[in-house]
Amino acid sequence: MSEEASEATVTGEPAAAVQSVAAARGPLALEAIGLNKDFRLGRGQILHAVKDVSLSLYKGGVVALVGESGSGKSTVARMLAGQERPTSGTIIHSGKPVDLRNRSAFRHYKSEVQYVFQDPFSSLNPVHNVGYHLARPVRLHQGRSVEVDREVMALLEQVRLTPAAQFEPKYPHELSGGQRQRVSFARALAAQPSVLLADEPVSMLDVSIRLEMLNLLDDLRKRLSLALLYITHDIASARYFADEVLVMYAGQVVERGPAEDITQQPAHPYTQLLIASAPDPDNLGSVLRSGNVAAGAARIGRAASGPAPVGCPFATRCPFVDDKCRAENPALQRLTTDRAAACWHLDKAAPALATASGTV
Amino acid sequence: MTSNRPVLEIRDLSVAYRTPTGDVRAASHVNLSLHKGEVVGLCGESGSGKSTLAYGACRLLRPPAVITGGSVLYSGQRTGTVTPIDILRMPPRDLRALRWRDVAIVFQSAMNALNPVLRVRDQILDAMQAHLRLPRDEAHEKAAKLLDLVGIPRERLRSYPHELSGGMRQRVMIAMALAADPEVVIMDEPTTALDVVVQRDILAQIVELKEQLGFSVLFITHDMSLLLELADRIAVMYAGQLMELGASADIKDAAAHPYTQGLLRSFPSLHGSRRELAGIPGSPPDLRDATPGCPFIPRCAHAVPACAEVDMTLAPVVGSRGPEHVTACPIVTPEMAKLRVPTEGVPS
Repeated sequence: MSEEASEATVTGEPAAAVQSVAAARGPLALEAIGLNKDFRLGRGQILHAVKDVSLSLYKGGVVALVGESGSGKSTVARMLAGQERPTSGTIIHSGKPVDLRNRSAFRHYKSEVQYVFQDPFSSLNPVHNVGYHLARPVRLHQGRSVEVDREVMALLEQVRLTPAAQFEPKYPHELSGGQRQRVSFARALAAQPSVLLADEPVSMLDVSIRLEMLNLLDDLRKRLSLALLYITHDIASARYFADEVLVMYAGQVVERGPAEDITQQPAHPYTQLLIASAPDPDNLGSVLRSGNVAAGAARIGRAASGPAPVGCPFATRCPFVDDKCRAENPALQRLTTDRAAACWHLDKAAPALATASGTV
Repeated sequence: MTSNRPVLEIRDLSVAYRTPTGDVRAASHVNLSLHKGEVVGLCGESGSGKSTLAYGACRLLRPPAVITGGSVLYSGQRTGTVTPIDILRMPPRDLRALRWRDVAIVFQSAMNALNPVLRVRDQILDAMQAHLRLPRDEAHEKAAKLLDLVGIPRERLRSYPHELSGGMRQRVMIAMALAADPEVVIMDEPTTALDVVVQRDILAQIVELKEQLGFSVLFITHDMSLLLELADRIAVMYAGQLMELGASADIKDAAAHPYTQGLLRSFPSLHGSRRELAGIPGSPPDLRDATPGCPFIPRCAHAVPACAEVDMTLAPVVGSRGPEHVTACPIVTPEMAKLRVPTEGVPS
């Protein structure tokens, strides 16, 4: 890597030039620029939960935020949803920076950007029926003039809870996990949003039902031309479902690019570890079965220590680590027109990509 | 890998939950054996009865659950007899001695199973005192060795559970299960709440320990992709009954039961070319209904009228390589199952 290149990456300019593949799907719906979120832990300690995260959501496009628990992906979504105020950074919606300090602006924003929670078992109120869960946001966001009952039925049909009249009076405990999550989707859609933030929408559901749910989300995205942020720890589902994938580690985006490219040819060592760790049914003779588990990628994952406080956060687990990694945190640098990764050693981690992009 | 007699043999086991509206038959006439050093995966959706089966086999179920029939034969080395012992007919005293020492369980909510107000050391010692009766010094040393075994620094004995990460807590639970050098370890979704990287690490550790200590594992999960990689044999359960049983490779390449086929098409693959995903439309049946025949009929793409008379016994799969590959579906062959892909396709 040349000296100028590394200079440039520290300022973060090249990453801005990366074009999201989701842009091909439609117009820009929501943009986040340089989001940071610090949490005060007391005794003067500060947790940097999110560091300089930028992303763009396009109508009809799916962006997946992938990472382990604690990587900050939910915090990003909560900031986008207006539930958490960024420490610094800007969220831009319909061309204007979002300011949520007054109630009417907040309400208007909420009707445009809706959040779907992970756990369909705890996100619905057990003492209210399905109809109540949907009628309330309809009244709140669509005004009192609409025919609420008809709107509720239409929502139920939209998420394929049919016959709708049969589901409307039911209570959450009478529904299966999949049906409850459909109610959550319907509740989010009641506000007629343009952006849907889905935080692990299927991870609490059975494997056989997950696919049906993702298909439903995909169908809704197409029909309503929703901009979708799909948060998951399952990078395999992101491969099938998302246009663009952003991989987060310790609060920052370490790699971004088209879903298929990232999963098939990961550039960042963390993405490589993530992909090597996913269960692989095609790999019947894997390290898990040979008994020779001491070798190979499995051991890299043993992170007794957390992310490094200074330098690259992945330095404590990275096989390519050197002094530069421990001292300086790499910014995202452009690999191709639609890919970027934050690593000092892309020439070693992903030689083919680094050579092609001329960063070596 | 396999010796003549299985370490644990579940024979015709049936478990029901008594409810005011009738019995929920959570497990019906299940036969499953576990050989020495083997990893058997038990796979199915929530409510398919996989946990009920495993807990029932150890008599860990409380009312309203009732074991309505069958036997569970254990023939470990420490039993001292040549004939296997039936766990279901064991006097309570013997049962207490058998649990943990011979058959240990890593529970589903293992992450939260540790007592938050006790140090890790005290909890490990507690379990050892109840089941091993070691002198205090020895017990201390053993506790430290157990943590070594699962790769946690000894200093962590002094930690409280909240000071450990999820993966470390899970390892502590595994260490505790291995405290008495058991012959059978039942693991109920031990890695479900963990990240893939930590999951892989723990699975690798389980396999390593298994090779080292020679126990057998009954691994319960709903994650088929995990089992294909991990297990020697896979048992697929649906609505309280076994649908298919066979070596992992046979299940992967020649799954005969439409339900197994459905499970195999349900998870997205990360490696290799993108393949068609379908999922399984519909939801599992109400186990209170005593409809005869195959419980999968309403969701099955291959269902024919004869399915209502299927007696759900496992028979060898026609044309499969593995002689131990059996299915409960007498109608669909692996070739047929591969041909017809039901309903919805993949999001693209």
